[in-house]
Amino acid sequence: MREMNFVEAAREGLAEEMARDPSVFVVGEGVGPRGGNFNTTVGLIDVYGPERLRDTPISERGFTALCTGAAATGSRPVVDFMFIDFLTDAFGDLLNQTAKLHWMSGGRVKMPIVLRGCIGVANSNAAHHSGNYYPFFMHIPGFLVVVPATPQDAKGLLKTAIRCDDPVLFLEHKNLLTLKGPVPDEEYLVPFGQAAVVREGGDVTIVAISFMVQETLRAAEELAQEGTSVEIIDPRTLVPLDIDTILVSVHKTGRLLIVDEDYAPCGAAAEIAAQVMERAFDDLDAPVRRINGAFAPTPFSPAFTNLVPSAASIAQAVRDLLDE
Amino acid sequence: MVNSSLMTLLREQALALYRRMLLIRRSEEQLVKLYAAGKIWGACHTYIGEEAVASGVCAHLRHEDAVFSTHRGHGHALAKGVTPRELIAELMGRATGCSGGRGGSMHLFKPEIGFMGSSGIVGPSITLAAGAGYTAKLLKTGRVAVAFFGDGAVNNGSFHEGINMATVWDLPVLFVCENNLYATEVAFAKATRNTDIAARARAYGLPGVAVDGNDIEAVFEAAGEAVQRARAGEGPTLLECQTYRVRAHSEGMRDAGYRSAEEVAEWKARCPIQRFEKRLLDDGLAVQADLERTEAEIKELIEDAVSFAENSPWPDPSTVTDHVFSAAYNYVTTEGDRHA
Repeated sequence: MREMNFVEAAREGLAEEMARDPSVFVVGEGVGPRGGNFNTTVGLIDVYGPERLRDTPISERGFTALCTGAAATGSRPVVDFMFIDFLTDAFGDLLNQTAKLHWMSGGRVKMPIVLRGCIGVANSNAAHHSGNYYPFFMHIPGFLVVVPATPQDAKGLLKTAIRCDDPVLFLEHKNLLTLKGPVPDEEYLVPFGQAAVVREGGDVTIVAISFMVQETLRAAEELAQEGTSVEIIDPRTLVPLDIDTILVSVHKTGRLLIVDEDYAPCGAAAEIAAQVMERAFDDLDAPVRRINGAFAPTPFSPAFTNLVPSAASIAQAVRDLLDE
Repeated sequence: MVNSSLMTLLREQALALYRRMLLIRRSEEQLVKLYAAGKIWGACHTYIGEEAVASGVCAHLRHEDAVFSTHRGHGHALAKGVTPRELIAELMGRATGCSGGRGGSMHLFKPEIGFMGSSGIVGPSITLAAGAGYTAKLLKTGRVAVAFFGDGAVNNGSFHEGINMATVWDLPVLFVCENNLYATEVAFAKATRNTDIAARARAYGLPGVAVDGNDIEAVFEAAGEAVQRARAGEGPTLLECQTYRVRAHSEGMRDAGYRSAEEVAEWKARCPIQRFEKRLLDDGLAVQADLERTEAEIKELIEDAVSFAENSPWPDPSTVTDHVFSAAYNYVTTEGDRHA
């Protein structure tokens, strides 16, 4: 299998879908000749032209609603927000229009729109360029939320997102963009709602989201040397959430830790914990634990350390959980 | 002297415009009665007094052209082809309504004929219509999109962003501002220093046209030119139609304190339907019998619609989670609630 990095794999997926379907187009600031701030569209304007790689004014609310109207009338927009933080200007229209038109119309208006952008605490990006924000969308009926953690999944899930008739948040962690990994030569899609068991183990289940999969893999290596066997689950999509794969693992291990870089209150980890306790209370030998990022806006200075879970803090959380 | 077949065409077209306005008026009057009788829940924003705008604009549209409407959308829906049965049943919350009882007055949908929805949020009709224009241009469908919105929306960011993008990208869109002088109960003159809406077009570089929105001929003519421009690939137009809402913002709301009875009476006297009746009779495009026949037909249609709505089933409450998504993803929200 080929090795590609996360951005290259996702871009290949986008290019394949643009070749397959002439109704797919991309909007965003700098998606044209510049090829996207994160290289998401490099080279595509030469093939597909400026109407399908549409450089926009800085009008996030406007072009998000515009793409909602476009999706409602038969095209398939991909909105590239660069940083997902910039999507927040469009939040009202996303909530009231993008998420609801399909339902309000009794299923007659389709909403095939992809809302992609980079998430995560990285690179001293500070308070306006470091958001994760997926719980907002998990909370609203109508959005699908995709959080790929490998190049292979980035490509396969983006292709599924573009073919999907519902609004999809496609969230790419900045720390994953240059991560390399195997990508199949032949065409493939990764379905929504199927978690990946990325490491098998028997002592504790860890659900890790997005970049946290990488930190958790490092923690698992450390723990293995101590004789602790960790099972790691990457949900890959938060909506739909493959709770069944998590429940099967918890049935085996009896312990669950959720590692989520985003804020804890009302977050993805809170939702997963609640569902596991509702359904598998008898399987649990200890309370469900979660570790999250610091509940504060993201600071700038590198002196602010330990903002988000690390391999070390994850390993320590596992040790604490095994002591319960 | 025009020949007789052309005269027949003019007569038919003129009577169709008249009929469209009257259908809206009589439907709204019926909804007012149903609201008073407690048969309509929630909001009911009537379009009485503004009928010429929707009628004059939609006369130029084909079924596949997209219309995005406002919270005051009954007239737009009827003008685009939603039937009185579908409208009245929707406001009565029935399964046979145009939105299956999910929407009510503010969420009317009939995408099959390009009626892409009325809306409870002021502003996004502008940007959504720009998006429908984007699809039309990208896929070369020859369709146009229309955004209806009020004076209240022109002070919302959607106006700025939507009109700017539609203009710079030459999208086939008609932006129809129904300037009825009040955003709910706030006078437009208190909300902005420059009350000339059409003049704002110059700032964005698109044509801006202001017309008497109670004169259906003026609306029809200006909208026709704008639709033609859009279809020819020459980009969008901003059309300001100056009109007036003669009833309260919403049925049952106190309609006092922000405007005078004299002002309301003055605008009632400028009724677009009476004006057009006079014009039709004076110009010999219709005789009294034509108007009476139209009135009788509409009366029958609306009586039928009310009876249809009253005898229609209620929506099945278990369908509330249908159509949250387009496909049956395996997802769970709470214990016992599994959707697959």
